[in-house]
Amino acid sequence: MNTMQRSGSGSLQSPRSPSSQAPFLSVSVTDPAKMGNGVQAYISYKVITKTNLAEYQGNEKIVIRRYSDFVWLHDRLFEKYKGIFIPPLPEKSTVEKFRFSAEFIEMRRQALDVFVNRIASHHELRQSDDLRIFLQADEQTMDRARFQETGIFKKKPADLIQIFKDVQSKVSDVVLGKEKPVEESTPEYEKMKNYIFELEEHLAEAQKHAYRLVKRHRELGESLSEFGKAVKLLGTCDDDALGKAFSELGAKSEIISIKLQKEAHHLLMNFEEPLKDYVRAVQSIKATIAERATAFKKQCELAETIKFKEIDLNKYKLTRSEKLAEAEREYEMLKAEGEETSRRFDTIVRLMNEEIVRFQEQKTSDMGLAFHEFAKGQARLSNGIADAWRSLLPKLEAHSS
Amino acid sequence: MMGKEDSMENLSLEDDEKFTSISKSYSNYRSAMTCLSDSHHPLSPSIVDDSNDPLLVSSIQSSAIDDHDVEQFQNPTIISPPLNLEYLNITVSDPHKEIQASPSIVPGTNTYVTYLITTQTNLPDYGGTDFTVRRRFKDIVTLSERLSEGYRGYFIPPRPDKSIVESQVMQKQEFVEQRRLALEKYLHKLAAHPLIKKSDELRVFLQVNGKLPLPTTIDVASRVLDGAVKLPKQLFGESGNLIVPQDVVHPAKGGRDLLRLFKELKQSVANDWGASNSSIDEEDKDFLKNKERLHNLEQQLSNASKQAESLVKAQQDMGDTIGELGLTFIKLTKFENERATVNTQRERAADMKNVATAAVKASRLYRELNSQTVKHLDILHEHLSLMLGIHHAFSDRSSALLTVQTLISELSSLNSRAEKLETATSKIFGGDKSRVRKLEELKDSIRVTEDAKSCAIREYERIKENNRSEIDRINRERHVDFVNMLKGFVTNQVAYTERIGQVWSKVAEETSRYSRES
Repeated sequence: MNTMQRSGSGSLQSPRSPSSQAPFLSVSVTDPAKMGNGVQAYISYKVITKTNLAEYQGNEKIVIRRYSDFVWLHDRLFEKYKGIFIPPLPEKSTVEKFRFSAEFIEMRRQALDVFVNRIASHHELRQSDDLRIFLQADEQTMDRARFQETGIFKKKPADLIQIFKDVQSKVSDVVLGKEKPVEESTPEYEKMKNYIFELEEHLAEAQKHAYRLVKRHRELGESLSEFGKAVKLLGTCDDDALGKAFSELGAKSEIISIKLQKEAHHLLMNFEEPLKDYVRAVQSIKATIAERATAFKKQCELAETIKFKEIDLNKYKLTRSEKLAEAEREYEMLKAEGEETSRRFDTIVRLMNEEIVRFQEQKTSDMGLAFHEFAKGQARLSNGIADAWRSLLPKLEAHSS
Repeated sequence: MMGKEDSMENLSLEDDEKFTSISKSYSNYRSAMTCLSDSHHPLSPSIVDDSNDPLLVSSIQSSAIDDHDVEQFQNPTIISPPLNLEYLNITVSDPHKEIQASPSIVPGTNTYVTYLITTQTNLPDYGGTDFTVRRRFKDIVTLSERLSEGYRGYFIPPRPDKSIVESQVMQKQEFVEQRRLALEKYLHKLAAHPLIKKSDELRVFLQVNGKLPLPTTIDVASRVLDGAVKLPKQLFGESGNLIVPQDVVHPAKGGRDLLRLFKELKQSVANDWGASNSSIDEEDKDFLKNKERLHNLEQQLSNASKQAESLVKAQQDMGDTIGELGLTFIKLTKFENERATVNTQRERAADMKNVATAAVKASRLYRELNSQTVKHLDILHEHLSLMLGIHHAFSDRSSALLTVQTLISELSSLNSRAEKLETATSKIFGGDKSRVRKLEELKDSIRVTEDAKSCAIREYERIKENNRSEIDRINRERHVDFVNMLKGFVTNQVAYTERIGQVWSKVAEETSRYSRES
């Protein structure tokens, strides 16, 4: 029930029936199933698409996808839509034994569902061909597409490349004796970058505490259960009314322990996971920031190159060298490239500005819901515990008299 | 509210470490508990006013046990007397460093701490109502030793540990404060025991200033030296073995009774608390049944006490983590508000602040709940520690029985030797002067031993009776204490979890617009 709340549908308006006039695209990721054996084993998911868009074949389509397919989609979108904050993916699991635990699988399924739905509800991303392939293609086509991409578009940590490039250019600058700024540094952009980096730190801390809180619920549940058992045994020492009272205390402790375990799970799925998602979203923004820096640098370098080319050109014009024609052609090409690069950079800037606003709005409603679920869960737990203990009081009164 | 970054660092999580090893030693637990109930936690409210809250049950209702703040030593609270109108209120305060007059051999022990013991009473023996003395820990040890000698068979509360290691490891003030509390609790327990509260030993301790009169030395070494002369004669069964009957009342100790000491030592080693295969014939079936029950009770108490510690730790952790989460969100709120470029950020910051405030409140409530829980579940530890007193009382009984049986066997061997000697001398005409003399001596020994045996039997019966009445008393007291513990524990849980629920319900209400359950 809760996951449906979180992911929602990718429609512009809630559909009444598949054949309503308003265009909609609704996706859900369900039914995780373990496939294969041993080291090769993996989890597959059913991806169900309901739509009335013309580009899609038919009203409903079900395909089977695995985690690496989602990764493929993410990487393709990241390459094609620079400037847009691509919705983040849940992490790859490194711990073997955890990979197939029910909790992990459920968390991942929920996160993947949110991922696809965010894409389907983003005004630009939803139009992507890659999304269509992902939602519609048969498994073999999907596998082929995935294998192709791992070579060419293999996603490397964007930050790492950026650092590497920075080092490269700095070295060459020093060698050539040039000091040029390779970073964009308008005050607003600086502010935004600082905000993002600091935000990540804060959120990571909050997520850490949230996870610990989940653990505390489990620990309290366990120790209460053990305490209840010990108290029951203590009650058997005196076989009078007191013994019964102890026994009832023990039974109530067990009931409350179960409540605590339930709340721990609810907290994990509806509070800790959204916080983790928030962190991932911020990391996705950082990746876009790196892309923007790359584009900016390219723009700068190209501008430099063009300038030099101009100088050469004028030199050739004056000396009426035969290299002139060649140089002119190159110059025109460079200028065209320069314009294209600038255009791309400007697009990124424009998109980012829009995206930041969208991001803030989305996060306010995501966190608002998470806070609501958190508070609701805590209230339910505390009231439940109070009720359970309260029901014991009249019995205690009766026994003690 | 906003400037809480510093308090993050002050949140002392070292208290956790004190709980990690589930302590077997009673004193370890007590040291941890004193740190837990401190109110200088950054998240605690400035004024903790428990007394007016009708929802808070102030736990234990047994007459003398109470929690005193250091500030209260000036005005000791008058605890309402239980059934009769007698009271004996004791306060321990004002620790003071003193220098030892004579330099001691062991380095680093020229100073010691004394405590002010203030007593208020209306017991007739005291001949007054208010008394003050200064005592050091050594005096407490002496008092407890005198009590165990004088009250054999009774369940005497165990005294605080000497804990030499802790005194080195802990900060001086912490240790002194911990000890002060422990001493006070100990004296309260003594004052709560129906017989010990009327004892001379306690009265002298509370009234008479100056050095506490030392007990008759149990120093075996010096006794052996002065008994060594007589030892060969004893071993050869010859005369000069004058046993003063009163000495029989105590288990064999010292040079005079080295032989008996060895005999009894061998036997007592075989006696184990749990082992029912002792060669000593305990004929009292009721006693054996009670012993079995108390042994079982001890095991269950120990287990329950351990689990109670775990529970308290888990509750503490829960409160701490919620508090930390709250503080983190407060920081985030401040951050978002400072850097806001769009309104949605401010909206989010407002939501976050509500959640953060609620979390901090909940954390405080958990802490309070926990300190109350500690007080209630403490009863488990109290009764567990009483088991030690019960052990001693039962071993008093065993050693008394051992004394009786040793004397009986000695008597029978003396008698058979006398018989043999008589038949031997009767055969010789006129009698053998030396043999006759020996016979006379033997007959003397027999008489003395007979008297000693009677004394020992009386003593044994007395101890048996003490045991019995004490078992009844402790069962009654335990019943009352446990009922109070259960009621107090449950009532507190209800009260606090209700309040925590209210705090969160409000936030859930405030954020309900985000819910899609429409």
